[in-house]
Amino acid sequence: MVDVQPRETEEAAAKSFPPPILAKIFRQVFTVALTFVGLTAITFIIGRVMPADPVLAIVGDRASRDVYEAMYIQLGLDKPLLEQYWIYLSNVLQGEFGKSIMTSRDVLDDLIRFFPATLELATVATLAGIFLGVPMGVAAAVNQGRWIDHLVRIVGLFGYSVPIFWLGMVALLIFYGWLDWLPGPGRLDVFYDGIVEPRTGVILLDSAMQGEWEIFRNALHHLVLPGSILATFALAYIARMTRSFMLDQLSQEYVLTARVKGLSPLGVIWRHAFRNVLVQLITIIGLTYASLLEGSVLTETIFAWPGIGQYITTSLFNADMNAVIGGTVVVGICFVGINLLSDALYRFADPRARQ
Amino acid sequence: MSEMAPRDVQTRADTGLKAWLLSSTPDSAFQARCQRVYLSWRSFSRNPIAMVGLIIILMLLVVAALAPLITSGDGTGQVLQDRLLPPSAAHWFGTDQLGRDIFDRIIWGSRITLYIVALVAVIVVPVGLLVGTVAGYLGGWVDAILMRITDIFLAFPRLILALAFVSALGPGLENAVLAIALTTWSPFARIARAETLTIRNAEHILAARVQGASTGRILLHHVTPLCLSSVIVRLTLDMAGIILTAAGLGFLGLGAQPPLPEWGAMISDGRQYLLDQWWVPTIPGIAILVVSMGFNLLGDGLRDVLDPRSGEG
Repeated sequence: MVDVQPRETEEAAAKSFPPPILAKIFRQVFTVALTFVGLTAITFIIGRVMPADPVLAIVGDRASRDVYEAMYIQLGLDKPLLEQYWIYLSNVLQGEFGKSIMTSRDVLDDLIRFFPATLELATVATLAGIFLGVPMGVAAAVNQGRWIDHLVRIVGLFGYSVPIFWLGMVALLIFYGWLDWLPGPGRLDVFYDGIVEPRTGVILLDSAMQGEWEIFRNALHHLVLPGSILATFALAYIARMTRSFMLDQLSQEYVLTARVKGLSPLGVIWRHAFRNVLVQLITIIGLTYASLLEGSVLTETIFAWPGIGQYITTSLFNADMNAVIGGTVVVGICFVGINLLSDALYRFADPRARQ
Repeated sequence: MSEMAPRDVQTRADTGLKAWLLSSTPDSAFQARCQRVYLSWRSFSRNPIAMVGLIIILMLLVVAALAPLITSGDGTGQVLQDRLLPPSAAHWFGTDQLGRDIFDRIIWGSRITLYIVALVAVIVVPVGLLVGTVAGYLGGWVDAILMRITDIFLAFPRLILALAFVSALGPGLENAVLAIALTTWSPFARIARAETLTIRNAEHILAARVQGASTGRILLHHVTPLCLSSVIVRLTLDMAGIILTAAGLGFLGLGAQPPLPEWGAMISDGRQYLLDQWWVPTIPGIAILVVSMGFNLLGDGLRDVLDPRSGEG
């Protein structure tokens, strides 16, 4: 499931201004390095220490004695734990996650192949969340206490409370099963498969670059359901935060001044109050994007979407530990990286934070 | 002024419960405590949204407690000639692919949901309180180390970590609970630390220290109680997240194992019947939605009452 935590703590964090920049940068680099060490340490513990027999977890129970022995040496299980971790860390830094027993390819190659589908889905969902959530949040703040505010609140609560995999199934049942408006699971209809040469792996981009507009349309239709399901959470979160930020700004004195000077209400809202909210929203959108990359796991399962989430879950059932750990590390790095990036963008965009 | 107050109350009502609860000069600590609860309740019960949440959660508790009375059997008995029946008077929510009554299974599933939520809370709250209060009270390098560890867990993608964790330990209800707890405790440590920082130099703490109370005693008896209200608010708001993660793990087949009527697993079991027997996978999802919505509503209301500082906007 998507992370349903981000609430008042981040609301508060996003509002506070960062301290002087150099110290901040240093701290940030330190924190990122530490988080990375923590990430690898925990995945190391999960992958190598916790399973009763890590060799078996990697080679599978049908492996011959020789393969088993070879893997035992290759994993370095005869060495002390700290040295094992060091080897693991340097492997990860080189993108070396071992081989997947399911696809018998390097895990990194697999991840590169599956990642674009997840990226496409999460990007579309985040964009949908922004284009719907921001106006909703602004409308709710401007009409505080009126029906539109309550409506936005209910939509938000729904987005926080609904099991996303269930919502996906219900949407499939209604729009594919009953109404037949939209296509079923998958990224493309079967007869379009393999026509477009995968250059970026993002079908929308590939088909557009190669002028296959029919395929582009088909891919877009396939994206509508999973994209909007995944967007539910983004929408709820962004709308809630936008409302809260806007309420903050609307109660400021400069807004009153602008009003008193006779500016049109729309001008006050969008040109004055919203411009100050915009910067805070960058952080929120970054957080949303990162959590959607992760949250797509369940959506991908429902819509047979060949992304990284589905790769991790199928590997999991095949006891393909290398693949699971590799996927976890890569998603973790993206997660931390996006959060860092949105933080940097925030500092770049907000003159108050630069100083 | 304060001498006037008791006489003032006496003129209105001599011994009524309400007067006792509203008296401005409580005679005992017990009375003062009752008064606080009563006043909180008054402002809480005026919030209709929070009351809806409270009613949903109370219903969940009642239904879980009375499961043997409401249902026939324990929700795992198979009646193969009655498989996949649509909702009717005999089977309110229809039956599933093994002829089990879905209504019965939902009712019994509420026990599993409560079990998961309670177990996670029992692990997460003490761990978070311990880490947070120790870090906040002792400060220095203890604080630095504990908070860096907390930050690492905060920065993690939660579901993926839980997935990897369960895949290493093997699927099952207890392992799912452990995995969720591992990814949930860190915000509680943050909250407890923030609260501790604001009260560590308060006079009653200093008084206790001067009287020679040990650090452990101060943390347990003087610091922890003051952290509880924000921790409870956060816990209630987190409940929905815990339920959704547990249901997600169950849906992927990593949580409770069949034939246990866990709601997420029920959705996944019924998935292949979606287009023809829609009620099999959709009804358990409604149960999840209602319960996590209940916790979210209740949490919002509790936040307004217990934690007025962090109200919205």
